[in-house]
Amino acid sequence: MRCITTPENMLSPEGAFGGNPLFYWIYGLAAHLVPCWLAYVIAGLVIMLILINAVLLGAAIVSWGERRLLGRFQNRVGPNRWGPFGALQPIADLTKLITKEDIIPYGADRLAFTAVPVIMVSSLLVATAVIPFAKDVALVDLNVGVLFILAVSSLTSIAIFTAGWASNNRYALFGAGRAVAVLISYEVPVVLSLLGVVVVAGSMSLGDIVVAQAVPFFLVQPLAFFVFLAGMSAELNRTPFDVAEAESEIIAGYHTEYSGIKFALIQAAEFGGALFVSGLIATLFLAGWAGPVADWLGWLWFLIKTFIGIFLFVWIRSTFPRLRLDQIMAVCWKFLMPLSIINLAAVVLEVYFLRDASGTLSTSDLWIMAGINMVVAVVSIAFFGRIIRQKIRNSSRTMTASAPMVRGVPTIEVG
Amino acid sequence: MYGLEMAKGLLVTLTNLARKPFTTSYPEQRVKQHPRFRGEEFTWYEERCTGCASCAKYCPLGIIKIVTSPSETAPLQGDKYRLEVFDIELQRCMFCGLCVEACPYDALFMGSGFEEGQYKRTDLVITIDRLRQADKHPSTWFRPQLEGMDYRPGVSRPLGWREVGREGWRWHQHEKAGMRLTGSNTTRDSGDEA
Amino acid sequence: MTIRTEPMTVNVGPQHPSTHGVFRVRITFDGEDIVEVEPVLGYLHRGSEKLAEERNYVQVVTLTDRLDYTSSMINNQAYCLAVEQLLGIEPPPRGKYLRTLTAELQRIASHLIAVGFFVQELGAFGTPLMYTFRSRERILDLFEMLCGARITVSYMRPGGVFSDTPPDFWPALDQFLEDFEGELEEIENLLLNNEILMVRTRGVSPLPADVAINCSVSGPVLRASGVNWDWRKMAPYDAYDQVDFDVPIGSNGDNYDRFWVRMQEVRQSLRIVRQCIAQIEPGPVRLELPLVLRAEPGAEAYGRVEASKGELGFFLVSDGGVSPYRCKIRSPSLINLTITEHLLLGWKLADMIVSLGSVDINMGEVDR
Repeated sequence: MRCITTPENMLSPEGAFGGNPLFYWIYGLAAHLVPCWLAYVIAGLVIMLILINAVLLGAAIVSWGERRLLGRFQNRVGPNRWGPFGALQPIADLTKLITKEDIIPYGADRLAFTAVPVIMVSSLLVATAVIPFAKDVALVDLNVGVLFILAVSSLTSIAIFTAGWASNNRYALFGAGRAVAVLISYEVPVVLSLLGVVVVAGSMSLGDIVVAQAVPFFLVQPLAFFVFLAGMSAELNRTPFDVAEAESEIIAGYHTEYSGIKFALIQAAEFGGALFVSGLIATLFLAGWAGPVADWLGWLWFLIKTFIGIFLFVWIRSTFPRLRLDQIMAVCWKFLMPLSIINLAAVVLEVYFLRDASGTLSTSDLWIMAGINMVVAVVSIAFFGRIIRQKIRNSSRTMTASAPMVRGVPTIEVG
Repeated sequence: MYGLEMAKGLLVTLTNLARKPFTTSYPEQRVKQHPRFRGEEFTWYEERCTGCASCAKYCPLGIIKIVTSPSETAPLQGDKYRLEVFDIELQRCMFCGLCVEACPYDALFMGSGFEEGQYKRTDLVITIDRLRQADKHPSTWFRPQLEGMDYRPGVSRPLGWREVGREGWRWHQHEKAGMRLTGSNTTRDSGDEA
Repeated sequence: MTIRTEPMTVNVGPQHPSTHGVFRVRITFDGEDIVEVEPVLGYLHRGSEKLAEERNYVQVVTLTDRLDYTSSMINNQAYCLAVEQLLGIEPPPRGKYLRTLTAELQRIASHLIAVGFFVQELGAFGTPLMYTFRSRERILDLFEMLCGARITVSYMRPGGVFSDTPPDFWPALDQFLEDFEGELEEIENLLLNNEILMVRTRGVSPLPADVAINCSVSGPVLRASGVNWDWRKMAPYDAYDQVDFDVPIGSNGDNYDRFWVRMQEVRQSLRIVRQCIAQIEPGPVRLELPLVLRAEPGAEAYGRVEASKGELGFFLVSDGGVSPYRCKIRSPSLINLTITEHLLLGWKLADMIVSLGSVDINMGEVDR
C-alpha cells in the first residue's frame, strides 16, 4: 500500500499499534481512492462499526440466554414464544422499549439524566476495543491493555451515581448511594488480583497475556480467579451483590425513572457488561483464544470460554439471596482484599525465585506455581472465611442491643 | 468450612438444570383435568328440570334468573313449569357449585371447560338457548352416580338425560302424557300444546 | 459542628413487588435505619362479615374460602367447627379424618408459599420460589381431584365434608407423598443452612416471648419466640387427638426462627397426613342435614383452629334465622400485624421487607 512508507511509521504492522489484518485490508483498499488520513479514518470506522454491532448483538443474545438459563435452573422454560426457542425475544423487548414514551421526571436534571445511558454504553464499547477475540484480532492491542480496561470501566460508577441524583427520586438516590459504595470499594481487590496476573504474564497487553498462558491462570493463581469473579460480580451489580437494583426493596434502584430507549441502553450496558467481563475472564484466566485444534479456530474457543463465564454468573445468580450492604462491605474489605494481597505476595515471591536469567517462566515453573498457589488458596479462604463469619455474626448481634424498647406497654408473665 | 452449604445449594440448582421443565406450554399442551373440575359452561338437562328454581335460591350471588309460567301439563304426575328465561351470569359466577348441590332432580351440572372468554360483556351471560344447544359434558362434581360409570368429561361421549340421574329416581319426563319437549315450549304463544 | 442527617418518609406499597398483597406502610428512614413505622390497612376490605349476615349458613362457606386465599381448607374448617358448635352436632369419623387430612395438606401448601416468598424477598431471584410452587402445584392438583377447584375449594360443610373422595385420590396422594419427600429435601438443602440466608436473618428483628404474648400473636410467630402454644394440642378438634405429631419451638424469635419453624411444621404435617391415611375407615362423610340450617335464637359459638398463620376463629351469633346474626372473624394476620413496630424499629431498610415477610400476613385475612 502506498501510504505506509517506512517501518518507523506508527501504522506499519511492526509499529506500535500491532497488526489487525482486517484493518490493513480496508486501509489498503481505501488508500487507492482517498488520501491516507481519510483511509485510516474509514478503516477505523468500519472496524468500530463491526465491534459495536457485535457487542450490542452479544448483549441481546446474553439477555436471551440468561433468561432461558435462569428458567432451566428454576425447572421451567424461559421465553419460548417469539421465534424458535424464543430467540427473537430480545427483538420483541427492544421494539417494546423503543415505542414507549420517553419520560423525564419533573425536576430532573435533563442533561445529566440523558447523558447517563450514553456514558454507560460508550464506556463499555470503548473497553471492548482491546479484547483479543482470536489471534491478532483486537481493534487495537494496546501495550497497557489492562490499565486501559480498568480506567474505562470505572466510568460506570460515575454514570450510576449521576443517574441516581439526576432522577429526583428517593428510591433512585438510595440505589445510587449503595451502588457507589459497592463499586468503588470493589475496585481495590479487583485491581490487586489483576496485578497478580500482570506479574506472572510479564506484560499488561492482553494479547501477550493470552500467549503467556501455557498453563491457564485460573490454575496458576486460583485466588486471583476467585477474587476477580467475586469482585466483578459486585462491579456488575449482580446477585449476591445487587443492592443497587434490589427489586424487592427499592423497586429498581438507580434506573427507576428510566423508560423507553434510555432504559434499553442501560440494560444493554448491563448485559454487555456481563459479556465483557466474561470475555475478560476468558482472556485473563482461561487462556483466551488458545485451544487445541488450530489457531484459526481461536474465535470458537474464545466463545466457549466466554460462555463458561456467563454460565457461572447466571448459576450464582439463580442460587443465592443477596447480601445486605454492610455485609457486602465486610466481604470486600475483610475477605477479598486480604486474599488478593496474599495472592500478590505469593505470586511475586514465586516469580522472583522461579524465573530464569532472561526473565521468562517455563511451563513447569507455572505448574509448580499452580500447586503452591492451590494450597495457599484453600488455606487462606478457610482462614478468612472463618474470620468473616464471626465478624458478620457479631455485627448483627450488636444491633440487637440498640433496638428501642416499646413505649410503656405492661407485660405479663409467661404461663 | 464456611462455604460448604452454599456449594450444596449450587449443586441443587445444577441438578435442576438437567431436569425436564415442569411447565405445560398452554395452549399447545393442556394440564390434565380431573373429572370433578367445576367448569364454566354449565350442563343443563331440560328434560329433567322442573323449573323449581332451587338453584337460583341457593346461589350465594343471586346470578341465576329463572322466569317460568305454569304449563298445566301432566298435572297428575306433579306439574312441570314452562321455562321462559334461564340465565346464568357468567361474569359474576364464582363456580362454587352450590346450585348443583341444591338441584333435587339432577338437572344442573357443572361443566368441564374453562375457556369461556368473550369479547363483549353482554356475551358473558349464558342464556337458555345456549344451555339447550350445548354439548352435554357434565362434571362429576357432587354427582357420585357419574363416578361409578366409566365416564370422563373431556374424553367420553356426551351423556343423555336418562343416564345422569341418581339411582332410585325414576322420574322420567318423557313418560308424561303427550308432553312435547322441543323448542316450541319456550314461547308463550304456543300455549298448552297437548 | 455535628453532622445532622434528615429523616426521609417513604411510602412502601400498596403497589410494591414484595409486600404480601395490598399492604401499605409509611416508614421514616434516617439513612438506612428505620425510625418510625405506620401501617395502613384496608385496601382489600370486601365486607365479608357483613356479607355473611346476608347468606345462609352453607353459603357462608364460599365466603370463608376467600379470606386467607392461600389456605382455604383451613378457613372452611374453622367456620364449620363454629357452626357445628352452634348447632350442637358432630361430624362422622371419616369426615373428621378427611378434614384433618386436607387441612394438613393445605398447611403444607400455605407454608410453601410463605417460605418461597420469604426467600424471594431476600433476593434469591425466584429459584426457591419456583421449587416451592412446583410442590404446591401437586397439592393443588390433589385438591382439584377432591373438589373440583384448586384454591377456592368450598370443600367442607357443617356436618362434615361435602362428598367422599374419588377412587383415584388415594393412589395420587401416595404418589405425591413419595415425590414430595425428594423435593422437600432439595428445598431444605438449598435453604435451611445456606450461609447467606443465615447471615441475613439470624438475630434480625427478634421478638421476645413476653412481647409476643402481650400482642396476642399466635401461630408460627409465637412458636418461634419460644412459647409452646398450638391449638391442635391444647384444644384438639377433628381428628387431631388421634394423631401423633411434634410442635417445633424456636429460641429467639428472629427471622430465621420463624422460617425454620415453618419448614419443620411442613415435616410434621407430612407425618399427620401419613397417620390419617393409615387410620381412616370407610363410612359416611357428612351428616344428613337440611340444605338450609337454623339454630336456636340467641345461641353463640366460637370455633377456633390452628390455621397456618395463627389462631383463626369464627364467632357466630344466631337469631333463629337462616343466616348468622353476626359473624366475627378473628383473623391471625391482622393480630400478628400489631408487632410491626417491635419488628422494624431500629433495623435497616434491607431488613424491613424480610421481617414483614417472615410474619407471613395475607391481606385477604387482614382486611376481610
